[in-house]
Amino acid sequence: MKRSGAQIIWECLVKENIKVIFGYPGGANLPIYDAMRGYPQIHHVLPRHEQGGGHMADGYARVSGKVGVAMGTSGPGATNLVTAIATAHMDSIPMVFITAQVTSKLIGYDAFQETDVTGITLPITKHNYLVTDVYDIMPTLREAFYIAKSGRPGPVLVDITKDAQQAFIEDWEYDDTPIHLKGYRPDFTPALASIKEAAALINSAKKPVILAGHGILMGNAMKEFKEFAEKAHAPIAMTLLGMGAISAHHPLNMGMMGMHGESWVNHAIQDADLILAFGMRFDDRVTGNLNNYAKNAKKIHIEIDPSEVNKNVKVDVGLIGNIKEILTQLNPFVEKNDRKEWLKVISDMKGETAVRDIVNLPDNGHLYAAQVVNDIRRLAPKNTVITTDVGQHQMWTAQYFKVEDAHTWVTSGGLGTMGFGLPSAIGAKFASPESEVWTVCGDGGFQMTAAELSTIAQEEIKVNIAIINNGFLGMVRQWQEFFYDKNYASTPMKSPDFVKLAEAHGLKGIRVTKRSEVEAAIKEAQAHPGSVVIDFKVEQEDSVYPMVPAGASLHEMIRRPSSIVETPLDE
Amino acid sequence: MLHTLVILVEDKPGVLNRVASLFRRRTYNIESLTVGHTDIPGVSRMTITVVGNDDHIERLTSYLYKLVNVIQVEDLTKRKMVSRDLALIKISTQNEKRAEIFQMVEVFRAKVIDVTNESLIIEITGSDDKISGFIDVMKPLGIIEMVRTGAIAMERGSDSLINLAESGL
Repeated sequence: MKRSGAQIIWECLVKENIKVIFGYPGGANLPIYDAMRGYPQIHHVLPRHEQGGGHMADGYARVSGKVGVAMGTSGPGATNLVTAIATAHMDSIPMVFITAQVTSKLIGYDAFQETDVTGITLPITKHNYLVTDVYDIMPTLREAFYIAKSGRPGPVLVDITKDAQQAFIEDWEYDDTPIHLKGYRPDFTPALASIKEAAALINSAKKPVILAGHGILMGNAMKEFKEFAEKAHAPIAMTLLGMGAISAHHPLNMGMMGMHGESWVNHAIQDADLILAFGMRFDDRVTGNLNNYAKNAKKIHIEIDPSEVNKNVKVDVGLIGNIKEILTQLNPFVEKNDRKEWLKVISDMKGETAVRDIVNLPDNGHLYAAQVVNDIRRLAPKNTVITTDVGQHQMWTAQYFKVEDAHTWVTSGGLGTMGFGLPSAIGAKFASPESEVWTVCGDGGFQMTAAELSTIAQEEIKVNIAIINNGFLGMVRQWQEFFYDKNYASTPMKSPDFVKLAEAHGLKGIRVTKRSEVEAAIKEAQAHPGSVVIDFKVEQEDSVYPMVPAGASLHEMIRRPSSIVETPLDE
Repeated sequence: MLHTLVILVEDKPGVLNRVASLFRRRTYNIESLTVGHTDIPGVSRMTITVVGNDDHIERLTSYLYKLVNVIQVEDLTKRKMVSRDLALIKISTQNEKRAEIFQMVEVFRAKVIDVTNESLIIEITGSDDKISGFIDVMKPLGIIEMVRTGAIAMERGSDSLINLAESGL
């Protein structure tokens, strides 16, 4: 059949079973948009900025487990996608970005809206392509999807010139023969001897700790992981992105590790005699000072990307491959063990922290972000999808929104991208239309991509938006308080009236200033058929605790000063 | 220490850029780089020398393998290998040192490939050490211009470094 390059792009998306894409039209991708009418089975969402579109596709990918697709035109359209590409790259999200390029004859001549997009995105994509020939479009897109989702997933960018989109192939046919790339090996299998070596270490360990990472979710190994953890009866520490790999309420799940992890979790890691790192990469935010990291522990690392093994932390056994397959092989060698003593040590460390926890304090007239997040968790269904922006509210949400189900927690971990929360929630809603979707944002990050409220209104979708509004770029303010002598340089932030902003978009806005109003506001938002923005005016100078200062050892945590408990009423 | 890496890559546009960019981004410093075709269609061979300890180079190797166009990476440093570099040196003969230069060319088994009244061009092939030694000797005699190719290397013995089976070539 006769097909133009632009039509071939859509044909390939249909073949990849893509249901929704997030894109922005412009000069160089006009042929793609012109051909779109022939493919009504794909829903196209128009963001208000390409970065928003990229994050939407990212949120879609994280919740659906499928490849997210975002599109932009040449030049600024493509450069606006860069933050979204880097975000997906750092968090290993399977995505395909399709950008348009000026006509091939003009490449290199600084044509209008020409940018070297493959050059710009080279270090932030898993792979990228420049396509100048219509005959290369299908094979390239097929490779792009294959690379994006296989092995350690990641974003792939395909830049397609306008003339390639416009050219025709007379007798075009989709090719679905298996893909083989000379230099690409996504599949590794560890030797049985290494698996047995790991099992021996596990069976002889007295004080093991499992570090559960994003890889468990990406590898869909939740069932095998739970089986392993329960058989070995080893306590589990979660990475920020690993949340959902096992329910927060599982008795072995101790909570989050790292810079803002729970104190007992970080102490358990430091005291452990065996670290079991599952699908995580020992980021500096989870290890603290590497020289003092889990010094007495042997280490086993299950990881799909060979370059992550022995990168930050030297390990005793590295098992490289698909975690689902590795755990399936490993589990039969793991002996049942109750590890009563070790679990007792940890529960003693945890002690009566619940009494001191800010969410259990009587109402002292202040509204704390943790209480808001805790109440959303309490009132929202178990399978609620939650996305966050980046900063203090992100850490409070990580600490207090006890994630139960896999693929319901969406946050920018590696890159820490402000502006991620709102658009990723839009993508999440498209991935899981039946789920209740919340995004928790700070007043700063929300304003970075607040224009996407307009996208929500146009798409008529329901997302609940909780703005943790403390009038500051809170996390930076916290660092200024702790490490820069309270010099609050450029962190106080004046915001628009978020209630009116919501209303201007035809959405509902609610303002909450007291703790006693939180529950009613959440319920009102849930009951409203459309999207709702809740402006939670919270304590301005609250900080996230505990905190391991950058460069300190993992057990050297700044704890919440007890005085905050007795903070007197203002006025 | 100096490591000699042989990298087989797909012969596609931009691959050199991907490899070079990886060295930059991961803060490795390329000492020398050569690239050329192999006897296998579509496959180019790079020889890159880079300074680092064994851990650094092991990590670099695994980063290189993450590049989709990289087929095979081998560190020849700890194997029995031959490594050769080629230099062209233009040297002034105005200061009456012509005889001395010819003597050195003989000692180092170099070749004179261009002669004028005022200058010579010398071609020398050999290990990095040998060429550096020759340059040191030539320096006081008045080097006008010099160019080196950078090392190319091959493992000794009858086996091929190239693992065809694994890459499915």
